[in-house]
Amino acid sequence: MGTPQTMLDKLWAAHEVQRREDGVSLLWVDRHLVHEGSHHAFAKIKARGLPVAEPELTFAVVDHYAPTRGRSRIADPQIARMIDTLRGNAAAHGLRIYDLDDPHQGIVHVVGPEEGLTLPGLLINCGDSHTSTHGAFGALAFGIGATEVAHVLATQTVWQRKPKSMRITVEGQLGAGVTAKDIALCWIARLGTDGAHGHAVEYAGSAIRDLSMEARMTLCNLSIEGGARFGMVAPDDTTFAYLQGRRFAPKGTDWQAACADWAALASDAGVRFDREVTLDAAEIAPTVTWGTSPEQALPITATIPDPADLPPEKAEASRAALDYMGLRAGAMLEGTPVDQVFIGSCTNGRIEDLRAAAAVLKGRKAVVPGLISPGSAQVKAQAEAEGLDRIFTEAGLEWVASGCSMCVGMNGDLVEEGKRCASSTNRNFKGRQGRGARTHLMSPAMVAGAAVTGRLTDVRKLLQGRAA
Amino acid sequence: MAGWRRHRGRAVSLPVANIDTDQLIPARFMSVPRAEGYGTYLLHDMRRDGAGALRPEFPLNAHPGASVLVAGRNFGSGSSREAAVYALVDAGIRAVIAPSFGDIFAANAVNNGLLPAKVEDAGFAALEAALAHAPQEIAIDIETRSITLDGAQFGFVLDDSWATKLINGWDDIDLTLNHSAAITAFKQKRGQTAAWAWPKEME
Ligand code: SF4
Repeated sequence: MGTPQTMLDKLWAAHEVQRREDGVSLLWVDRHLVHEGSHHAFAKIKARGLPVAEPELTFAVVDHYAPTRGRSRIADPQIARMIDTLRGNAAAHGLRIYDLDDPHQGIVHVVGPEEGLTLPGLLINCGDSHTSTHGAFGALAFGIGATEVAHVLATQTVWQRKPKSMRITVEGQLGAGVTAKDIALCWIARLGTDGAHGHAVEYAGSAIRDLSMEARMTLCNLSIEGGARFGMVAPDDTTFAYLQGRRFAPKGTDWQAACADWAALASDAGVRFDREVTLDAAEIAPTVTWGTSPEQALPITATIPDPADLPPEKAEASRAALDYMGLRAGAMLEGTPVDQVFIGSCTNGRIEDLRAAAAVLKGRKAVVPGLISPGSAQVKAQAEAEGLDRIFTEAGLEWVASGCSMCVGMNGDLVEEGKRCASSTNRNFKGRQGRGARTHLMSPAMVAGAAVTGRLTDVRKLLQGRAA
Repeated sequence: MAGWRRHRGRAVSLPVANIDTDQLIPARFMSVPRAEGYGTYLLHDMRRDGAGALRPEFPLNAHPGASVLVAGRNFGSGSSREAAVYALVDAGIRAVIAPSFGDIFAANAVNNGLLPAKVEDAGFAALEAALAHAPQEIAIDIETRSITLDGAQFGFVLDDSWATKLINGWDDIDLTLNHSAAITAFKQKRGQTAAWAWPKEME
């Protein structure tokens, strides 16, 4: 046996075309996903007269600007133009496009796995920072900027320096009402938004093995909010069971060969990581952000921190955050009134997320308005087959089509200035959901709890006597 | 893109941590074609009031000629939107000095000739102090990784490959196309050892 390797080592070696003297690697890209925001990159290759090198490995998805209502006639000409530009580029280069009327349309990080385009052992790039989502399958998946997107389009490769390795081990059992979202917010609060900067995070431990694929995707998705461009989980039977039979997943003898290759990807026993962090699953509570950075998160049972008690480098940012959020230091986080709710996004817009929200909402009424946008048209169809849509609409929430929607507001789904939104998304940055919007990040179940009470609420109370 | 080795200009301090890409350029401006310029959208919602008028006290408004920004840790965290870099570059910024940067932002910066200069906490504190009341002349040398301000010198950290790229103004596509043969060979080998890696749609 050679020296033990991490999953990162194995994935890196499998894609390295060559390494320069300065240590930067040229990596082969197995899947390249593009969306409306890729227009800068298409313009760059057009300016050079270059074709897309591997149209077969390049897939286009309409998501960021996708209207969630009235799709047949888009009122806003800017939004229509963004979508038309993607259509034009896909047609010009012969790319498969998941357009608005496609029954498999959705958010790029939901569609990839759903279609079996995302597989263990692949290198996956997309001009979107939440590409780390796909690492949940044991893939080397990372977000890139427009210049890099143009590079991948033109060459099917990407230059990259290998990141350091970091393992976050979560042992034990999560409590009722505690989810992958809470694991992520918990470690980001502890280490900071640049806590995993320069590292590829591998999640391990019994609590991670127990997670479904949807939950693993939520966790890997949020890696970037802790500064890690890569998040990953070793593929196992949960992974294989999710993928088998998906439209683009390998079939027959290819499937057998693939499973054998994938099973060998896990980090070898005894291998050393550059950094190790350990969490106890039992200690993680439903977690909510109170500020304007994902690291400004606390258990729902906590009080809003007083900047005077924080270390000096955090105090100023906390003061500004409380001011923006309209919150008072020392008050209980639970009970903070909210104006509206949103469930959706590539973080928490999958079928399990909707089931978790429905478990709270069933037979109850929302006391604030809210929007639920499924992560894909397939998630929407599945939810409707299960009757979840009726639970939502009977609660008084709006059930709309799939897209990025209120996660980023590019399609016009915005939170108004000064309004407070309980949201299942990934960024509580100032203005993320609209200028002056106040975002509290939390799990879909917690959002559902906030809808029912009109306040930030410990959802565990609402789940008592109900199956979570 | 033209490369550069040394820059002299005015540095202005923006003493805020975690200036994320959503603040650098709010999403609603991202459908603008690059040719129209992104400079006016830089830090739009911080620089302007609700009616769109410039806030006179905001450092970049008070000192419009600045070409170097000294900002708090984790600058450019968040999304991969390269428009955040376009906004800085189009507003005349050549370098951002901070204790740390978002990984994707830093890569995007280098791809557009913008220097992400990472400084130690002590150097950062000294720079902040020197700029606390007014902008100052600053000199930056990429080759020697040095910053000179008010007679004092500070070092900064920058990956060697990024320094080479900034100095030469290199474009990766040109470099990579020189490796076409190696890429083709790699693709063939991968096709044999991992045939499953090519998407085949179910019949
Ligand atoms: S849902 Fe939000 S985070 Fe995810 S890809 Fe869309 S805009 Fe980005």
